[in-house]
Amino acid sequence: MIIRRRLRDWLPVLAVFAIGLGLWQGLTTAFHVQAFLLPKPTDIATSFWDNKGALWHAGVYTLKEAAGGFAIGSGLGVVAALFLARFRRVGAAIMPFAIAANAVPIIAFSPITNNWFGLLNPISKMSIAAVLCFFPTMVNTLRGLTSVHPSSIELMRSYAGGELSVFRRVRIPSALPFMFTGLKVAAVLSMIGAIVGEYFGGPTNALGVSILNDSQLFDFPRAWAGIALASAFGIALYGTVALVEHATTSWHPSARRVSSE
Amino acid sequence: MTSSTDAVVTIEGLSKSFRTGVTALQEIALDIRAGEFVSLIGPSGCGKSTLLRVIGDLVEPTSGTVVVNGKSAHQARLDHDYGIVFQDAVLYDWRTVARNVALPLEMLGWDRARRHARVAEMLELVELTGFESSRPWQLSGGMQQRVSIARALSFDPALLLMDEPFGALDEMTRERLNMELLRIWEKAGSTVVFVTHSIAEAVFLSTRVVVMSARPGRIAGVVEIDLQQPRTADTREDGRFFELITAVREMLAAGHGDDPVRRPPVAEEQV
Repeated sequence: MIIRRRLRDWLPVLAVFAIGLGLWQGLTTAFHVQAFLLPKPTDIATSFWDNKGALWHAGVYTLKEAAGGFAIGSGLGVVAALFLARFRRVGAAIMPFAIAANAVPIIAFSPITNNWFGLLNPISKMSIAAVLCFFPTMVNTLRGLTSVHPSSIELMRSYAGGELSVFRRVRIPSALPFMFTGLKVAAVLSMIGAIVGEYFGGPTNALGVSILNDSQLFDFPRAWAGIALASAFGIALYGTVALVEHATTSWHPSARRVSSE
Repeated sequence: MTSSTDAVVTIEGLSKSFRTGVTALQEIALDIRAGEFVSLIGPSGCGKSTLLRVIGDLVEPTSGTVVVNGKSAHQARLDHDYGIVFQDAVLYDWRTVARNVALPLEMLGWDRARRHARVAEMLELVELTGFESSRPWQLSGGMQQRVSIARALSFDPALLLMDEPFGALDEMTRERLNMELLRIWEKAGSTVVFVTHSIAEAVFLSTRVVVMSARPGRIAGVVEIDLQQPRTADTREDGRFFELITAVREMLAAGHGDDPVRRPPVAEEQV
């Protein structure tokens, strides 16, 4: 019953996907579009199949960088948010710098981190991904921790609850939906950080390096296959976060759709 | 007023000014005896919510004393003497109805079995048996407020503080919950301080109505409500009910004699 409904919900999405691919295939064939402009989906699929071992290997390598950066950056973001929510004065002093730092194009530091940690060291890409993940997680979690209804705090105080109680029983649970909003943004950014970091150099078995090399060698279907894999892994990271979100914040009113039918 | 032996709350010389320079409360003196149902009524900005929060040690007074059960308000708060019901139910979405009611019991360190038994008892009292595992947002506004009352009473606080608890509800729900609150009050034998905007609600519920005037917030007078207990639907038809409403209304009007337009609005809520 539920599975059938899920299928029905997903059917329009799949249809749009299929139509999009069909149009892409049809138009590139009909107008003889050159591969360096836009390869045919079938060519990309064929290239992927022919190189599946190497591409998959490179994808997993880059995914590990992204996931590592995500874990480090988002973890620090949550810790920083907790700290800044607890010590508001410090937070007020630091926030302007955090916002200014957030406006810095972090990707621009890729050549620098490559120098710091070494071109072939995955830490050089992880650190870029981590810095990218830090801000959205920190800002969103902090907003969640501090935008609690004053009555909720008064209620805890009327029960003689201290600061720790307020955090444990009110601020943290009500910040979870905000935190996950940040984590979902961070999940996507981590993959971008890892791939773009690799464009500035890295081991040949990395997906970003592979995409760069393929396009320079005019093997565009293989480059596109790499991009497709990078997208798939990015979506997978996002999906994993969304699944964890669903499991931990099913109480949230936004999840009511599930139980009210 | 002087403190009597059975006073649950004794307030003397209480004033509260906010940093903005607004005087929310001036020279308040009030005794509340055990088992009383006292309503605070007055125009917006008369400081009635502030007075409730000062009693509950959620707002610090500028001067004066509040003694609750022979202790300072601060000690009374630490001793879990207060059950509070706000205008919005303030239920936590991440907790089920049962776990919302159990929240103060958890904080008091009750074990699971004892919590479970008390929650069942309280939900029966507010007629919400069967909604234990519902989420707050699945309930109507009136039901949410009943959960909030169950939570406030779950640990037998010495004093029930209610800040316009039915203000956001429609008239029909409000009247029904008024009846229900009186039934619970009689059964639980609690002492209630109740803030409201509604004269009829104050007269119907209370044993005493404290009428406040605004700018600065002062007690304009106290009306003893000598309507027969228990109150029923017929109470609202009683001639005495209307006389008392008139008495409260006149006292409100007298306390509100000055032209409010010339005065800046008072920031009543500052928490």
